[in-house]
Amino acid sequence: MGGKALGMSHESNCTWLHLDQLGLTEGNIRIIDAITLKVGAGRTAILGPNGAGKSTLLRLMHGLLRPSAGKLHWPQTLSQGMVFQRPVMLRTTALANVAYGLKLRGVATKERQQRSMTALARVGLADFADRPARRLSGGEQQRVALARVWALEPQVLFLDEPTASLDPASSREVERIIKEIAASGTRIVMTTHNLGQARRIAEEVIYLEGGRVLEQTPAESFFRQPQTTAARSFLQEETP
Amino acid sequence: MHEMTTSLALAGELFAQGDSQLLAIVLLSLRVSLTATLLACLIGMPLGALLAVGRFPGRRTLIVLFNALMGLPPVVVGLIVYLLLSRAGPLGQFGLLFTPTAMVIAQTILIVPIVAALSRQVVEDAWREYREQLRSLGANRLRAARTLLWDGRFSLTTAGLAGFGRAVAEVGAVMIVGGNIDGVTRVMTTTIALETSKGDLPLALALGMILIAVVLLINIAAFLLRQWAERRWG
Amino acid sequence: MIRNLRRKIFSAACGASLLLAVSAHAQERFITVASTTSTEQSGLFAHLLPAFERESGILVRVVALGTGQALDLARRGDADVVFVHDKVAEEKFVAEGFGVKRQEVMYNDFVLIGPQNDPAKAAGKDILAGLRQIEAAKAPFVSRGDKSGTHAAELRYWKAAGIDITAAKGPWYKDTGSGMGPALNTASSMNAYLLADRGTWLNFKNRGDLGIVVEGDKQLFNQYGVILVNPAKHAHIKQADGQKLIDWVVSTAGQKTIADYKIGGEQLFFPNAGN
Repeated sequence: MGGKALGMSHESNCTWLHLDQLGLTEGNIRIIDAITLKVGAGRTAILGPNGAGKSTLLRLMHGLLRPSAGKLHWPQTLSQGMVFQRPVMLRTTALANVAYGLKLRGVATKERQQRSMTALARVGLADFADRPARRLSGGEQQRVALARVWALEPQVLFLDEPTASLDPASSREVERIIKEIAASGTRIVMTTHNLGQARRIAEEVIYLEGGRVLEQTPAESFFRQPQTTAARSFLQEETP
Repeated sequence: MHEMTTSLALAGELFAQGDSQLLAIVLLSLRVSLTATLLACLIGMPLGALLAVGRFPGRRTLIVLFNALMGLPPVVVGLIVYLLLSRAGPLGQFGLLFTPTAMVIAQTILIVPIVAALSRQVVEDAWREYREQLRSLGANRLRAARTLLWDGRFSLTTAGLAGFGRAVAEVGAVMIVGGNIDGVTRVMTTTIALETSKGDLPLALALGMILIAVVLLINIAAFLLRQWAERRWG
Repeated sequence: MIRNLRRKIFSAACGASLLLAVSAHAQERFITVASTTSTEQSGLFAHLLPAFERESGILVRVVALGTGQALDLARRGDADVVFVHDKVAEEKFVAEGFGVKRQEVMYNDFVLIGPQNDPAKAAGKDILAGLRQIEAAKAPFVSRGDKSGTHAAELRYWKAAGIDITAAKGPWYKDTGSGMGPALNTASSMNAYLLADRGTWLNFKNRGDLGIVVEGDKQLFNQYGVILVNPAKHAHIKQADGQKLIDWVVSTAGQKTIADYKIGGEQLFFPNAGN
């Protein structure tokens, strides 16, 4: 399933998130330094070296962090979800973990069960529904986390290094699920250290360094010919 | 330690005989202290969770206060509850003084701070780990507090057991508000105090050993239950 | 859902145990008597009260304290009847209007307890001489110090012996602020002298080297009185049932039951309600 095949339903001319001079300082350190940005792609990867501020930017976008400067503008209200590097599993079954998100939205018990089961089946864990979530492997837990957020059918999904703690097989499975979620029409914004993954998933790349956006280009051209020297040397260092 | 062996033998004898009076006293002890523990959990756990996740003025003061109140002397609690429940006191009309209910009230007040403070610790640790995930899923603080309490249920048994341990072991409060009335409000600890007063130290010690055995049994049961549940739920 | 079911079971259990605690003291007919440790711990009440309960159908709940505490409890309206042994305090209680009427029930006597080898040479039949010897020798002495009837009696004896105990007390005089039993335990472990009521002493097991040093002095006479708490002060006082208990203990039947109570063949309390 190539990038093209996913379709280009969210063209860059259709901005769905606008950052205006967004900043975050902690003490004297500027973690995010006056970023102005328009996000319009369906599948965006935020790349950059360690400490660039990728995860922080994601959390600002999702609303988990409050910016100390600037503004975040959503032209239309979109429902959001987020998947973290380390999935947080409640001490209950996989199914109940998926159902929890729906419960918070007030979905009735019966519908909740059905939608949760469907979501679990989509991530290939239907047989694990009654297992205690905490006793699943790391990869399986991440898939439960994806099912939990998928069941909510968010219009935007933020993913923070979703495969960083996983083995290659689990990573591939998680990647497959992300692509399917995207194919279902959900906008994806993810950070990753895995350049191959970014290449396989992203339409657009935002390159971050020192809390600033150095580049925002279509993925294809970014990997072929980065515009900045910083991004060029980053690609050289990161490519095996 | 001649007394120890005498008492141990006596304790075994009392236990084996299944003396009905002793049984009634043990059951009353358990009924009063378990009820107090249950009430303290119903009050203290939500309170602890709110202290853990809440953001309101005076939160830190309250946390320090509850930590300090863990050292509340039972006699002081007994005295306060006595003055409240006494016929001359504000709640005197209910005639609760010298009843098991009065003892439950006193012990509940005594152990709510323990349950609340320990619950706060458990929930606060979990909150640090779960915070972003719960907020991302759309849980407000109140909802998060509920979820964290449920999720921390295995660790919270320790808070409940600590409260129960203190309740069942204290004598100062129940002596004052219960009056140690034979067959009505006489529990293990007040019986031990009474037998000590009578100079029957071997019997007092034997009763103490039975109390320890009962508390131990309850803790073993709780431990096994927790292990089983953890195996099942992770 | 399993979880919901579990919640339901949990709340049902909560409710049930609460109910249990509250309904524990069902509608029994009972009165509350504030009394002293000496009557309770000597075993007298365990012998005396069942007879009354059988006859009247009224259960008697005894809260055993020092005389001072028992009277304070009754002042607050937390007892229907007081059964104590400090004539002066009892008369004051009635004079203040808290009690209806004081009636004498019985007496026992105090005994001076001390080490059997009697280092202060206090032995004899004269309590005042004995106390003077103890003070002169500065021999260890344990005082109740809890405003109980026994404590009040002890203070009276010091005064009668011509000793100002507040001025004379030193390290030898241990003010323990405790009940009869704990004070006896303290004296036993320290080999000290103390004043005790005979009933508690006879029933006391942890004697160590202690024995009776002075007994039989007329001044050691210890009168018990019974008073109905004044319903005019506290409306909820169970006047009729309380009066029934009082009437019974001063009746021939009650007085005989008191006289019948013996430990090791020795009579502990001497009924004298008729006097």
